[in-house]
This record gives sequence, structure tokens and C-alpha cells, in this order.
Amino acid sequence: MSTALSETGVAADTGWRRLSPRMLLVHPIIELGRFVPALLGLFVAGSGGGGWSVAGFVGAGVVVAFALLRWVMTRYRITPEQIQLRRGLLRRTTIAAPIDRVRTVDVTAHLLHRVLGLAKVVIGTGTSDRKGRGRLVLDGLGADAASRLRAELLHRGQHLDTVDAVTPSAPVEYEIARLNRAWIRYAPFTLSGALTGLALLGFASRLNNEGGLHLSRLGPLRALGDQLRRTSLGLDIAVIVVFVVVFVAVASTIGYVLAFWNFRLTRHSGGTLHVTRGLITSRATSIEQRRLHGAEISEALLLRCVGAARCLSIATGLRVGRGAERGGELLLPPAPRAEVLRVAADVLGTATPFVVPLRSHGPAARRRRLTRAILGAMVVVGLDGALCWLTHASPYVWIASLVLPIAAVPLGMDRYRSLGHALADGFVVACFGSLIRRRSALSCDGIIGWNLKSTYFQRRLGLTTLTATTAAGKQHYDIYDVAETDAVGFAEQAVPGLISQFGRHR
Amino acid sequence: MRVPANLVSPRARWYWAVRALPGWLLILATEVVVWLARSAPSAAHPVVLALTVALAGAHLIVMPQWRYRVHRWEITDTAVYTQSGWFTQERRIAPISRVQTVDTERGPFEQLFRLANVTVTTASAAGPLKIHGLAADTAAALVDDLTVRTRTAGGDGT
Repeated sequence: MSTALSETGVAADTGWRRLSPRMLLVHPIIELGRFVPALLGLFVAGSGGGGWSVAGFVGAGVVVAFALLRWVMTRYRITPEQIQLRRGLLRRTTIAAPIDRVRTVDVTAHLLHRVLGLAKVVIGTGTSDRKGRGRLVLDGLGADAASRLRAELLHRGQHLDTVDAVTPSAPVEYEIARLNRAWIRYAPFTLSGALTGLALLGFASRLNNEGGLHLSRLGPLRALGDQLRRTSLGLDIAVIVVFVVVFVAVASTIGYVLAFWNFRLTRHSGGTLHVTRGLITSRATSIEQRRLHGAEISEALLLRCVGAARCLSIATGLRVGRGAERGGELLLPPAPRAEVLRVAADVLGTATPFVVPLRSHGPAARRRRLTRAILGAMVVVGLDGALCWLTHASPYVWIASLVLPIAAVPLGMDRYRSLGHALADGFVVACFGSLIRRRSALSCDGIIGWNLKSTYFQRRLGLTTLTATTAAGKQHYDIYDVAETDAVGFAEQAVPGLISQFGRHR
Repeated sequence: MRVPANLVSPRARWYWAVRALPGWLLILATEVVVWLARSAPSAAHPVVLALTVALAGAHLIVMPQWRYRVHRWEITDTAVYTQSGWFTQERRIAPISRVQTVDTERGPFEQLFRLANVTVTTASAAGPLKIHGLAADTAAALVDDLTVRTRTAGGDGT
């Protein structure tokens, strides 16, 4: 766990080093990049008011100056016991992390970094970095120094004096998986391109509002609008649907290639798993094997239809990802199910958690899944009806929404079919979800405690939601709607001696 | 599975009622202001107001009693066990060996009723065990007890 020390708390004041001076080139470009939408609007439209634009430029200048000062004020050093990072302009802080608490080391390099031969090193030291606090970020080391630092921190020998002094003995590396180009065919089914589309829409609206650029007046867009107005409604809808589908498919494929090109998952003799990936922004993450407490296989509905899945790690001390990576580092991008099972088995050292038949949760759980799905759909129908009534919209909009409760039935049934739990080879296996089905295997050693949560309705059915709490991954892994007696028995089996003392008979 | 052995302080019922009061007062005040601000008051306003008062009354009477029956706690040699909630109830179990911090907190309403709450955290962000509505001296004794027990358990708790 990292601790913030006062300036005087650090003993000897020697050996401090700066980040790479080449970062002085990177910072201004990055900071200016944030002003691009506004600047673009200024230059293209030439409007927006004189005073405003001057203020914008002054603001940009100040931001750049601060970025440069940040480089000047940031120093780090590595002592035999600690990594220390000193930063801050007005409030000087020193963050120190004990070397033996280092759990993960991430090396990332975006395009600018790579052009200049730099890399960013993020050192994770355990649970405290869940909210990003206490993480040591060294933004801008030379690429060589960064990978040396990573190797040394993770496979530390007895002597660690400085970054450059020791060259690690060549570690034995064994490849578990690498990207097969044929997997790119799954990319359109990830729908990640939909997010890109939304981001583009957001960018366009910023151009519209902040930049004073009126997109609807641009020639090609206006022509398109006129064209759509002339054709029939059915044709318009068909054209737009085809356009959206093609756009999402292309953008998803580009996204897949950008993120997962050169993907490799390897195991090092030093006891770590390494994930490297990325076409333009390259990323290298290391997970200590002893910090790995399980794995998760997630199948989004579309991916499930084409027989693909992805695999995530459940480990402590990892930085918390976004979107599909929330809760763990990706161990395999969308790939054929068989390949995912092979990788998961290799990583966990056992294949059973992901192939073992699951115990289903019974008719009460099925009824609950169905009611919840249908009620949820009814709420949407109700809201839609109210909205139609208030805005005097065509009643067909409301009638169309009546399809939702009907669609909710197969959804609820599928959600029930997904539900299940098992204990296999020392792993607690839990599965749930329909739109995204997740099957997680958490090692019993990684379980800290248990939560049993039940609403009034669940209690009436004798059901409860059993949650295994852990310091790894998403921090909690839930088994939904399991009969209470089964839940207690299961928890006792997984972690003997903990829950039994609160059993009915003392 | 049985419930934890100990109830919280009986004063907690008053604390829960008083804590829920400001929210209801705010809603009622908004309704009254809207009613008075209308140039042509309709009959709907007093009806809504009466409904709100009835709902608030029911909530303020039922919720604290219900909560008081549910909120329970127990410490054994190896584990902490709590139960909380009312409509949605949650039981949490954490082994003493995995306890990382033990905090007490006394908010303004809690000080009014000489109460305190105790939070026991583990390395999991999902597993803090909170015991609300303890008498202040019980809470202090509980913290001392837990501190001794966790110290003897040792380990770094991850």
C-alpha cells in the first residue's frame, strides 16, 4: 500500500531523477489537442467573437505552461525499499510505495510517445489504487528504461540499486495466446463502433455549439437532408438503418484492429502473465500470478450468436478498466469460444471451472427473472404512453412499444437459463446475464467474506443474492436468486468454517 | 442461518425517524409553495398534500420499527456478522483475519441521540460492514474489542 510521506519523511535526498526531457515536446501537443474542437471552429467558421478567441488562446497558453512546469517539478527515484515519486507545483507531495507491494506494472505508449521513443509506466500497488489514488504514474520514460524498470520491479532479485545498473537475466517466456487475424471477423459483432459513433456525434455537437459551425449548412450534408426529404419514409428508414449498420461494423473492426493488433499473452518464468497489444497505442501489462485470483468469460449476445467470447482476468491491484474491460485486464480479445476456454484453462491451471455443469436456481428464480423482465418492459411502455399523450405524438409510436413486453419473455427465459453456480477445483463459479453473459471463476482463497442480500420480494420466495467479496477484479461476484439454504451451504463449502458458526444450531 | 445475536440501541428508532424527517418536510414544503403560488388552485393540491402526509406518517412510523428489528450485529472469535436494511435486507460476514480498518463515526443526528456507527472494512471495496445506531459506549467498546482481535489475527488482509 502506498503512503504519502511529508517532505521531511524521506531520509536521504539523493538519486532523484527526472522523466525523459522528450516529454517537453509531448505535453504541449497533448494539452493543445484538448482545444482542437474550439480552435477548429474558430478557424473554419471565423466567428465566435474576438474577445472569446483571445481568452481561448491565453487559456491554452497557461495550460501548456503548467504542463511544462509539471515536468520540471516531477522527479522519481528507486531505493532498495521504495519507489518514490515527487510531484506537484503548489502542493508538493511525495508518494512512496514499498517495492515488495508492487503488484502490477503497466507500460503504455500512445502515438506521440512512440514517435519519440517514450513510454508511460503505471505502477499499481494494491487495493488503494481502485479509485486511482496512490498509483504511481511515471509519464514519460525512455522506452528501454521503461521496459527495464518493469522487468526489474516484477522479477526483482535481491539487489535493486538503480534502474540502469542491473540488466535482468533473460527470462524464459512461454506464449499462451496471440492474435489470429481470422478473429477480426468477430469485430463487427462487438458493437464497440457504436460508441465511436456516439463520440463523433458529441464532437459534431461541440463543433456546432462551441465552434459556431453549423453543420446543417455544409453543402454535402444539406444535399443529403434534401434528398431524404424527397424520398418516402420507409426508404429513409431503410437507408439510415443500412448506414448505421455499415458504420458500426466498420468502426468496430477498426477499433478491434487498433486495440488488439500484436496481441500476445505470455507467461514468464518469474511468475507473471504479460499482455501486450495495440497498433498505434501500445500497451504492456503484467499481472503477478500470485495476484491472479480467477478469470471471467464474457459473451455479449451478438458474440454469443457467432460463437465468440472474451476472457478477462480477476486479479488484485490492476487498474480498473472501462467498458468491456471493467473489472479486469483482458486476457483474450473476442475470439472463438474454444480458444477462450483453452486460454482460461491455461491461465487458471484447470479447465473445470468453465466446463463444469452449473447448478440451476429453480422455478422461483425463473419466475422472478420473467416478472422482472416483463415489468421492466411495462414501465417503458407506460413511460412511452405518457410521453405520447403529453406530446400528442402518433399513437403508433406507443403501439410499437407494445412489442417490448413480448420480447421480454425470451429475454427473461434466457436470463434464467444463464443463471447458475458451482464449486469446481477450488473456484467459485457464477454465471448470469443475457445481453452480456458472464461466467466468472473466483478462487476460494481470494474470497474475503460473504454478503447475503434479499429484497422483500426475494424473501417471500425464499431467495437471496449471495455475494462473494474479494479484493480482486470487480470486488464482488454475485450469485443471483439462489435458495437461501443452498446459499448458506454453498458458502460453507467454499470457505469452510466461516458461515457455519452462524448456522441454526450453535 | 440465524440472525446476529445483538440488537442495536433502542434510541436508534428515534434517530432513524428524525433522520428521515427533513426529506419529507422538504417535499411537503414544495407542495405547499406550489399550491399557494397557483393563481387558480385546483382540488388536486390538498388531495396530494393529504396523501403525502399519510405516506410520510406511515414511513416515519413503520420504517424505524422495521429497521430496529432487522439491524443486528455479532462478533465472534473469527468473524464479524451484521444484518441491516428493512425492505431490502443484507447480511454481511467477514473473517476477523481479513479486517483492515475499524472506524466509528457520529453524525449530528447521531450525537443528538448519543449514538455512533461502526464501519469495519476489508480489502474488498464491496464488503464494508456497517453497524448503525449503536449506543456510543457500546460502539467504543466494540472498536476496542475488534482492534485487539484483529491485532492478534495478524496478516495483511489481502
